[in-house]
Amino acid sequence: MAGTVALRLTSGARQRATDAVTEPLWVRALLIGATLTFLGLFLFMPLVLVFSEALSAGWLAYLDALKDPDALSAIRMTLLAAAVAVPINTLFGILAAWAIAKFEFVGKSVLITLLDLPYSVSPVIAGMVFVLLFGRQGWFWPWLDRYDLHIVYAPCGIILATMFVTFPFVARELIPLMQAQGTEEEEAARVLGASGLQLFRRVTLPNIKWGLLYGVILCNARAMGEFGAVSVVVGNIASTNTMPLHVERLYKGMSSGDLAAAFAVASLLAMLALITLVLKSLLQWKTSEQLSAAELGYTGD
Amino acid sequence: MSLKQRSVLPGFGLTMGCTLSYLSLLVLIPLAALFLKSASVTWADFSAAVTDPEAIDAYKLSFGASFVAAAINAFFGLIVAWTLVRYSFVGKKFIDAVVDLPFAMPTAVSGIALAQLYSRDGWVGRLLAPYGIEIAYSRWGVIVALTFIGLPFVVRTLQPALEDMDMEVEEAAASLGATRWQTLRRVILPSILPALLTGFALAFARALGEYGSVIFISSKWEKVVPMLIFTKLEQFEFGEAAAIAVVMLVASFIILLFINLTQWWSRRYAT
Repeated sequence: MAGTVALRLTSGARQRATDAVTEPLWVRALLIGATLTFLGLFLFMPLVLVFSEALSAGWLAYLDALKDPDALSAIRMTLLAAAVAVPINTLFGILAAWAIAKFEFVGKSVLITLLDLPYSVSPVIAGMVFVLLFGRQGWFWPWLDRYDLHIVYAPCGIILATMFVTFPFVARELIPLMQAQGTEEEEAARVLGASGLQLFRRVTLPNIKWGLLYGVILCNARAMGEFGAVSVVVGNIASTNTMPLHVERLYKGMSSGDLAAAFAVASLLAMLALITLVLKSLLQWKTSEQLSAAELGYTGD
Repeated sequence: MSLKQRSVLPGFGLTMGCTLSYLSLLVLIPLAALFLKSASVTWADFSAAVTDPEAIDAYKLSFGASFVAAAINAFFGLIVAWTLVRYSFVGKKFIDAVVDLPFAMPTAVSGIALAQLYSRDGWVGRLLAPYGIEIAYSRWGVIVALTFIGLPFVVRTLQPALEDMDMEVEEAAASLGATRWQTLRRVILPSILPALLTGFALAFARALGEYGSVIFISSKWEKVVPMLIFTKLEQFEFGEAAAIAVVMLVASFIILLFINLTQWWSRRYAT
């Protein structure tokens, strides 16, 4: 085009320009080395240790530890808690995100802060609040005792505690995503005569599906891995254990089984964590595509 | 001004109602029980529980170890975030994904793995035992566990801040004669300082409340506050447990406030 001046650097000049904002090679090598050492020590070694200890007594012992009746019932309990907590909190997350992202109202930031509460309290406190409500000195104890419903040292308490700690996960993922996507598409659909459910099913849901899945994955990982809150609720009763609790019992030698068995059950949880990480990376990539598309002003797929 | 803007979209009543009900039932009422329980204790009992020597030791360990762990994470987290954002090397994507491991791993699993790793015959413990350094079952073990837990917070908070940085500012500094180190110290660090502080505070807050990763690597004599609360609950000392928990919650709230203030302050001075 006439009037523009093309600036052409020689390759030497370009190299000097890049060099000016790059650290010398030895610094880069040092930093990368420090990164790998730090992460290796703090992240990889514990992970590798779990699997190494799990298999230290051989494959047969590994499988025996997993087939043990206590282990199986712990696995069942974990799956049950997740199967109840995740769908309910997903549904809640969708409802809350809809109310918060698609409407403007007074007190919205207070509500968002309140939603984050379970995420920021210690798991021990999370468990304790349910013991205070349903435990032996709790508010509801007289009533529960009358009808012989014992929540605290029973599966119900585990499920409630799990629901508490996984409460915000889906909402936290969906709210920024839906806020970035705005309300234009839904309003357009409404003007064209869509009912509420149609709106959600055919306009909103396709836009949020990756973020929703991401939130569900995180929610599930937390639900299956929750330890502190469930620990408080269950105390030391053997009959109701989740997998993390069973790992604790085996490690402390309070159950039939040894160190290798503890790590065997732990390895299942570690595998769950790795699968979660893989899915997380995949979905994060998908969601950021949607998020940036929304921020740029259009939603593609 | 009305409480809610008019909107054509349906479903506000239903969704808001469900949200508030579920929030109240599952979160607000149980948390209220905690505060009411601690309020039902007399002031004398409350302060006795909160100032008990065991409790004071627990506060010192919790706040001290969490602070050190968060500081370690701030330092190394900066290095990790820098290399992940600025450099490319073999396996970078893999390492980037694995940084989230402490988020995804159940705390009981990381707890026993770290305890085993640093115990006298663990892979790291046995290297240090001849020098008389014992990490497991001591406060150093607690610091190690809390560092593991807080690792992703600093890295994940710094990465977007580093990515958002304009190369032009660094190039300008270089063209004005700054060495790389001067540029780092006077241009880059100040602009990522808010993110660094936020990450530090998040790691600190998380470390304060941590239970599962810590209980295996610490011992009866080195109790962090969550462990102390757990012990009180086991002994059915609900009032004392509630009192200590309230102190913890207030501390966490102050930290959250600090995070928000830092972000507000940084926005005031942002370019």
